[in-house]
Amino acid sequence: MINNTDAVRLLDRKRRNAFIVPTMNAGNARFGLPSVTTHEKQDLPLSGAMGKASSLALGLALAQPNKKVMCLDGDGSLLMNLGTLVTLASKAPKNLYHFVFDNGAYCVTGGQPVPGAGKMDWVEMAKGAGFAATFSFDNIEDLTTGIDQVLDTPGPVFVHLKISPEIENTPVQFRQRPRRSVQQAFKDVAGVVAGR
Amino acid sequence: MTTEHYESVIHPPAIMAELKKNKVTHVVWLPDSETNFMYQLLTTEPTIDLVPVCREGETMAIAAGLWVGGKKPVVLIQNTGIFESGDSIRGLGLDINQPLVMLIGYRGWTRHGLTSDSAARFIEHILHAWGINYYLIESDDDANRISLAIDEAYRIQKPVAVLVGTEFGA
Repeated sequence: MINNTDAVRLLDRKRRNAFIVPTMNAGNARFGLPSVTTHEKQDLPLSGAMGKASSLALGLALAQPNKKVMCLDGDGSLLMNLGTLVTLASKAPKNLYHFVFDNGAYCVTGGQPVPGAGKMDWVEMAKGAGFAATFSFDNIEDLTTGIDQVLDTPGPVFVHLKISPEIENTPVQFRQRPRRSVQQAFKDVAGVVAGR
Repeated sequence: MTTEHYESVIHPPAIMAELKKNKVTHVVWLPDSETNFMYQLLTTEPTIDLVPVCREGETMAIAAGLWVGGKKPVVLIQNTGIFESGDSIRGLGLDINQPLVMLIGYRGWTRHGLTSDSAARFIEHILHAWGINYYLIESDDDANRISLAIDEAYRIQKPVAVLVGTEFGA
């Protein structure tokens, strides 16, 4: 399995100026992308609108076809919006990279298993939905050597990452909050788009 | 006794003219029973990109991505889809102050007799609860209310709805 922070650190290092739309553990303020990002103003973390990070990333990818957009989705989140696999594959933006952080659990609610954990095959689902290419990694070494090929492949690309669960049981009000509000994140990305 | 004929059909070119006048770039939508003729016209319009989805809650999130990416989308779904989309409208449209115009098929609504369809009976209450203003269009003469809705959405930086109260005609 891949450590959550190791995964987001590597993806940030390899992003090559891409926009990144992270959610749930990938967007966690303490151990997700916000804790390691080098391009914060190009990050668009989504915590509201459950399950819709990939849809948000699709819109951004269609609007900015000359820039890569990487969605760092959660398995529980993607399960809430499974139709998005077909929507993405149907619209087929070449600049969209959909990573699913498969930790098998609803980590932010205490670690309950997601439906189908250990049974479903994410890569087969993405292939069946019509993604142009799919990849799967279950250790950081292979991800480190394979990520360039992933990002050189024309999208839409689906990438399954087997991630160690980082379960949070601290009451929500005591957890580390994001440094930026979601409104500020949208303003920052809009500013990057406008060249400000 | 006189019988007054009421023209209760909206023709897609009237809607398309409004979208083009306002430089709308994308229509994010899920088909409903009333809008097939609108779909046919949208597929032939080179200046507007059609983004079909599998479920209505995707539309607001895709529109948010398009908007932050510098485009000007609208959403076109049925009122039934609004009920499915609550968390997207809350967590994106309302929370990020998105000037999102939602064209909503007003299934079940009628000026004549009882409105028995719960999709029609609940939708205005839902929009009121969210503080989302809305306009009703029922004929080609009403189409310019789409411009009013777009102007308002960008002025107040909030979602605004347009309830399409009749079917689109050929």
